[in-house]
Amino acid sequence: MQRVQKMRVRKHQVVLNRSVGGDTGIFVFLAIMGVFMFLPMVYVIMQSLKPLDELWMFPPRFYVQNPTLKNFGDLFSLLSDSWVPFSRYIFNTVIITAAGTFGNLLFSSLAAYAMAKIPFPGRKFAFKTVQLSLMFTPTVTSIANFLTLSTLGLLDNLLALIIPAWGSTMGLYLMKQFMDSSISNDVLESARLDGCGEFRTFWTIAMPMVKPGWLTLIVFSFQGLWQMGSSIYIYSEQFKTLNYAISQITAGGIARAGAAAAGTVLMMIVPIVVFLISQSNIIETMASSGMKD
Amino acid sequence: MEERKDNNENSVEIDETEALTEAENDPAVEDMPSDLHTDNSVAEEKDMPEASAPTAKKKAVARKDMTALQWTWHEMKRNKVAYLMIAPFMLVFLTFTVFPVVLSIILSFTSFNMLEMNSDMWIWFDNYTRLFFDDDVFLLACKNTLVFATITGPVSYMLSFLVAWFINELSPRIRSFVTLIFYAPSFSGSLYVIWSTLFSDDSYGWVNGTLLDLGLIDEPILWFHNEDYAMTLCIVVALWMSLGTAFLSFIAGLQTMNRSLFEAAAVDGIKNRWQELWYITLPSMKPQLMFGAVMSITGSFGFGGVVTALCGFPSVNYSCHTIMHCLEDYGSQRWEVGYASSIAVVLFFIMIGANILVNKMLSKVGQ
Repeated sequence: MQRVQKMRVRKHQVVLNRSVGGDTGIFVFLAIMGVFMFLPMVYVIMQSLKPLDELWMFPPRFYVQNPTLKNFGDLFSLLSDSWVPFSRYIFNTVIITAAGTFGNLLFSSLAAYAMAKIPFPGRKFAFKTVQLSLMFTPTVTSIANFLTLSTLGLLDNLLALIIPAWGSTMGLYLMKQFMDSSISNDVLESARLDGCGEFRTFWTIAMPMVKPGWLTLIVFSFQGLWQMGSSIYIYSEQFKTLNYAISQITAGGIARAGAAAAGTVLMMIVPIVVFLISQSNIIETMASSGMKD
Repeated sequence: MEERKDNNENSVEIDETEALTEAENDPAVEDMPSDLHTDNSVAEEKDMPEASAPTAKKKAVARKDMTALQWTWHEMKRNKVAYLMIAPFMLVFLTFTVFPVVLSIILSFTSFNMLEMNSDMWIWFDNYTRLFFDDDVFLLACKNTLVFATITGPVSYMLSFLVAWFINELSPRIRSFVTLIFYAPSFSGSLYVIWSTLFSDDSYGWVNGTLLDLGLIDEPILWFHNEDYAMTLCIVVALWMSLGTAFLSFIAGLQTMNRSLFEAAAVDGIKNRWQELWYITLPSMKPQLMFGAVMSITGSFGFGGVVTALCGFPSVNYSCHTIMHCLEDYGSQRWEVGYASSIAVVLFFIMIGANILVNKMLSKVGQ
């Protein structure tokens, strides 16, 4: 006798091939993983809200009992006491993030458009090189870049952090793949026939069609640059970044545990909010991120 | 546009759009393997059906009239605006990514140390012999790096995929919340330093405090500063942070899969979700799997900074010393640039090699 396939209905939809046992197992796995991922985040928020006596209480408690914002106040007074004004660190990080992201967006989109939509000789080779560069970390190039930057006279200058970001390959890779899959050649072709130059086609036709792409590029570039800490290219205090300033407080040891946690929370909230806002666009872009050979 | 028109007039009598589409369909034009080129156009001519012979012939003759080099040159001129468009990016990319690799390879054959530059500095393979035969710390770092990468790479890869696959069937709102929770650790600034608070050396750390309170230990454990635990803990933290770009790529790939495939599969006798995964989901996710592998491998090798933040630099008895730390040590602390470059070159080839190997393996999935 032929085995009849069991059918399950979930929210008025027939669900194929899903057993109750499997669903439960997956739920348990996800719950455990979720707790493991989430607890450290909860803990840092708890730490940042704990008054001094709770921070140094034995046995230590996970949850805060009398939440206070004093740690955040401490953080700002610590930072304003520092040798370089706090606003300077914020300014540096904002400039690096904004200028780096803007340049990256502009250069990568232009290059991605050319590589995706103009059949010039050598484009396969150029893109392969870009793909290859995703396979190693910037650690490899840091020493040689130090020499290059010092020859160019860019050491100890914010440009030393900004300019390399313009050539970041992740953005170009995602943008090119996304353009490949979401802009039809016919549209571009008719624009060209109507007498639209390549730059105008790029700007007025291609770019509006890949908005999720550039949002993704902005978010990724932002994430990278926002957490830029100390760097071997920068040695003057007035060019250091916000993340560096916060990490100096963290390194200040036990007396500053509360302020350090407050700093970590502040540094963590910004990228999380940015990701929350742009999540659906990022997922849309990532759908075309696959590598095809 | 003026440019394009000019080109069109100068060039052979090919209708521009035709040439363009043709060029796009024909990989030979883009790849410009010069010797293959002529063969290709001959073959094309043969394949052409009779009806479209006149145009086809015109095109073929046009390309045949020129050598492959001339044709490439012609194509380059016709698309010169493209070079203008990639120029800014390529300039930065070549300066800060390609050139450093070349420079590192060259410097790795020298004893350059920022101060002396003379004809004696060419020591050729001495740096490499020193690395592999004289430098015990480097060999230990190699071992640590390999242990670290072979555990975190594959585990994080599978974890990214499994979680993405599991949450795929949740309702969109819950799914985006869960995505945030799993993805957040990988990009939230220096959130990972909280692990050193949780596992701090004194009895006020949450883990030590709890264990002491429960009477499981008599004195605080120096978690990140103890040879026995440091590496394991770093791997745990690495895994905690590892649901990154690959994870997002998997989520996106799973969501854009064709639902009707699954229905057809159910009719064809696929009995459970694991069979569905193996026979349908994985093969159609191949591009994402490739991309995810690259991200996971690169991530598993680029973890030095986090280890430094958690275990200090150098870590106790070099228990967590990786190749990245050797590089930092010789590069930006001792300024033995030549020697540091040889470390960078070794690291470079290890990463590229691992990526190419894994990509080769993955290309066999579903074949």
